[in-house]
Amino acid sequence: MSTPTVEKEPASKVDLAESGDGAGAVQEFDITLKVRRYDPERAEDAWWDEWELTMFGTDRVLDALHRVKWDVDGTLTFRRSCAHGICGSDAMRINGRNRLACKTLLKDLDTSKPIVVEAIKGLPVEKDLIVDMEPFFQSYREIMPFMINNSPAPTAERVQSPEERQRFDDTTKCILCAACTSSCPVFWTDGQYFGPAAIVNAHRFIFDSRDDAGDMRLEILNDKEGVWRCRTTFNCTEACPRGIEVTKAIQEVKTAILTRSL
Amino acid sequence: MTTTNSEAVLPAQGIEAPRSGRIDPKYLRSNPSSGSFEMVAWVFMRVSGAALVVLIFVHLFSNLMVGEGIHQIDFAFVAGKWANPVWQFWDLTMLWLAMLHGTNGMRTIINDYAEKDSTRLWLKSILYLASTVIIILGTLVIFTFEPCLVDDAGNLMDYAPSFCENIVN
Repeated sequence: MSTPTVEKEPASKVDLAESGDGAGAVQEFDITLKVRRYDPERAEDAWWDEWELTMFGTDRVLDALHRVKWDVDGTLTFRRSCAHGICGSDAMRINGRNRLACKTLLKDLDTSKPIVVEAIKGLPVEKDLIVDMEPFFQSYREIMPFMINNSPAPTAERVQSPEERQRFDDTTKCILCAACTSSCPVFWTDGQYFGPAAIVNAHRFIFDSRDDAGDMRLEILNDKEGVWRCRTTFNCTEACPRGIEVTKAIQEVKTAILTRSL
Repeated sequence: MTTTNSEAVLPAQGIEAPRSGRIDPKYLRSNPSSGSFEMVAWVFMRVSGAALVVLIFVHLFSNLMVGEGIHQIDFAFVAGKWANPVWQFWDLTMLWLAMLHGTNGMRTIINDYAEKDSTRLWLKSILYLASTVIIILGTLVIFTFEPCLVDDAGNLMDYAPSFCENIVN
């Protein structure tokens, strides 16, 4: 006969007050949200709008934008889809750095100054925070972002060892938000450079043991607007909301082109 | 009996992709390059950079640290060095690598910062002209340097440095 054990409830990961407001009390603070607006139907030039908002400690920049759009000014325009850092729709320039609005907590920013939000740079602005992503996806399509395998399809899956999978694991994380490409000073100049995102996605297939078209992609990126225009400023690595080591991936593609040529 | 109608098989044929033609022409990569010039230039920058570190520091050490140091540098010192083929070769390598390294660096800066094709063309033309003149002039000086010029009669020219009197007489 065993005696039944009384299971203890695990300790709460959130520090809840025993009395008073309890779990409902989340710290409140005031912020100033400053957004660069553009609407070709209203004005030829862009202008700045500022809003004073009371936000909570759990809120993100996206929540502040929602507060404005839903409660204050419905004409504010921005993209967002999943709002949880997966779809990559809401990349924007927050206090001069490319970030996802849905992954940037207001409490982590300097709330004593206005929080400055602009559209990402280097792509044509259509309205407010929405840019035309077509040039970005044009580069993406050029590197053929799909698996090409010449051998007949096996009955089961194409087997790959954990080490072979690990080789390109980092670059599989890309969500195509364009935060890296639109933070790259070489891309800003004339938009001719393929940009970090296209190279990252080429890397994902070049180093995939199941893919047979690595040489074709290396040839594409050996273009004068390809990897050799990278100046290793690390803006892309700093901007990536998925923490991909973008500059390292570009460097690996450079090395692959070099070793292939030698 | 089946008839082949490519347009029926592929209904998307002939229909433009959404937004096609809307891309700003500046984003269209109109002339894909062939060859590996950019790759060679990239490798050259790294190799010449490493070589220049050695070349320049040995140059500085032999000129400024060895012997009488900074006080030894005068016309005669340079003339003495260029009488030696090793230093001729050393200075020639340094001149060519430094000029090509610097020119390529300027070329990439112009490519990155010039926004108009015409500006780019002008700046690069000036750059290549200046580099060519300096490389040719420098090479000529290293190989044809003659510190003690004499006239037709074999006498030293008036402006020849004083140490030439010991050599000629």
